[in-house]
Amino acid sequence: MNVFPPVAALALLAATGLAQAADAHLPRDLAATCANCHGTNGKAVPGAGLDALNGMEKAKTLQKLADFKSGVKPASIMHQIVKGYTDEQLDLIATYFAAQK
Amino acid sequence: MMLMTRRDFLKAGTAAGALASVHGCAGMGKASGHVVVVGGGYGGATVAKYLRLWSEGGVQVTLIERQTVFISCPMSNLVIGGTRTMDDLTVSYDGLKNTWGVRLIQDDVLAVDPAKRRLRLAKGGDLSYDRVVLSPGIDFMWNEIPGLDNAAAQASILHAWKAGPQTVALRQQLEDMKNGGVYVLSIPRAPYRCPPGPYERACLVADYFKHSKPKSKVIILDANEDVVSKKGLFTKAWSDLYTNIIDYRPNSEVRDVDARSKTAVLEFDKVKADVLNVVPPQRAGDVAAQSGIKLLNDRWVEINWLSMESTSTPGVHVLGDAIFPAPTMPKSGHIANQHGKLAAAAILKLLAGDAPNPTPVLMNTCYSFVDARNAIHIAAVYQYDAATRSVQPVPGAGGVSAARNESEGKIAVGWAKNIWADMLV
Repeated sequence: MNVFPPVAALALLAATGLAQAADAHLPRDLAATCANCHGTNGKAVPGAGLDALNGMEKAKTLQKLADFKSGVKPASIMHQIVKGYTDEQLDLIATYFAAQK
Repeated sequence: MMLMTRRDFLKAGTAAGALASVHGCAGMGKASGHVVVVGGGYGGATVAKYLRLWSEGGVQVTLIERQTVFISCPMSNLVIGGTRTMDDLTVSYDGLKNTWGVRLIQDDVLAVDPAKRRLRLAKGGDLSYDRVVLSPGIDFMWNEIPGLDNAAAQASILHAWKAGPQTVALRQQLEDMKNGGVYVLSIPRAPYRCPPGPYERACLVADYFKHSKPKSKVIILDANEDVVSKKGLFTKAWSDLYTNIIDYRPNSEVRDVDARSKTAVLEFDKVKADVLNVVPPQRAGDVAAQSGIKLLNDRWVEINWLSMESTSTPGVHVLGDAIFPAPTMPKSGHIANQHGKLAAAAILKLLAGDAPNPTPVLMNTCYSFVDARNAIHIAAVYQYDAATRSVQPVPGAGGVSAARNESEGKIAVGWAKNIWADMLV
């Protein structure tokens, strides 16, 4: 009987991807870690010199983050911060901000 | 202060119990109930706003704060350096009240009874809650510096480590000091609130002396064996900008003071000052100890990193400087704001009968000015680690500025405007 491999794979999925996907608020919670500098839900204070992220196209945000990570885009601090998040987390964050008005 | 016995507390509670409404935990994944937040600083204001924002008004929030306005500790060294005013640090609580529907009570909390889920206010009356969040900041361990353990000494030897009247008073002492005077700043052993803060203060006072009282000196008496934060950047600023002004002395713990002569007493030495600024050793704010929470080393609150809930006392969440930190995590306003969001998300889950997010993330950024315009930063990102049941700094992420620069001086001001809005507007 070939029962164990699929069960093990399922258990692994449940422990990682599925567990995260089950929390509908995870994108919101992750995006909130950006709000100190970029404003609640990405609405930065106008004129304070920090980028607003609300309503930004997801692909654009992800490209910007990837460029910070690779060093293509020069930064004072974002190149250090972006490395603390997984690509999956950055995807959730970019998706969340794209949906904010 | 009067110590309340449990019986007194319960007796009073029965009388005033009708005051507080009772909310059950609704099912269907929707949070409801009453959360009381004690302390309206970086942690408390944030959790209050985000509980209202994320519950879409479904959870009632009461914030108890002794001050009438928020005054920021970050940026307050610029007031001491003379380039900003208290108005620049001050934000109203009206946004929390009017925009977010947080009920504000200007008062102090005498004690919390976690078993009864009820707390007692100094001006009278009790409040009941479903969950309570303590964000009390720090209080000082005066007994560690016997000569400072009285009100008269504390009125002349300032800490200015809580922004407010002491910030203004320290600035005044520096303005009143003669050209050629000596400013002595003592730093306690880590952990203390705002690790880079004392070194920033030394820079900004030195910058003031350089321009206005050039014969004056800054002596830093550091109880630690080395600069605790942003070492390379601070020491470079001292040698580039303040070479004949700042005298840094590591392993120099202040054991006592002679308040009358403004003298700091070390183990083998005495240092006389014209302005003596002692940042005393610190512990969790008083209300933590008055809430039946077990303190680690009699100082800090151990919390569960999935919920910011006290490990010793269910139903009591603790944020900010008062907690025993995760590895490398500083006691900063920025991280307290992040604690507030983690707690808000977790409390809403718990009130709805669900488990908190099993993979929380926190991040920290601290800017420090080395003169009126140039700043430096330190940053870190923390991810939850199930093996250690703590958040851990992500290796390879975070870091410090390459060099001091004016651009980050502007970003630091923008940071302040944004984080204050994130908490209070």
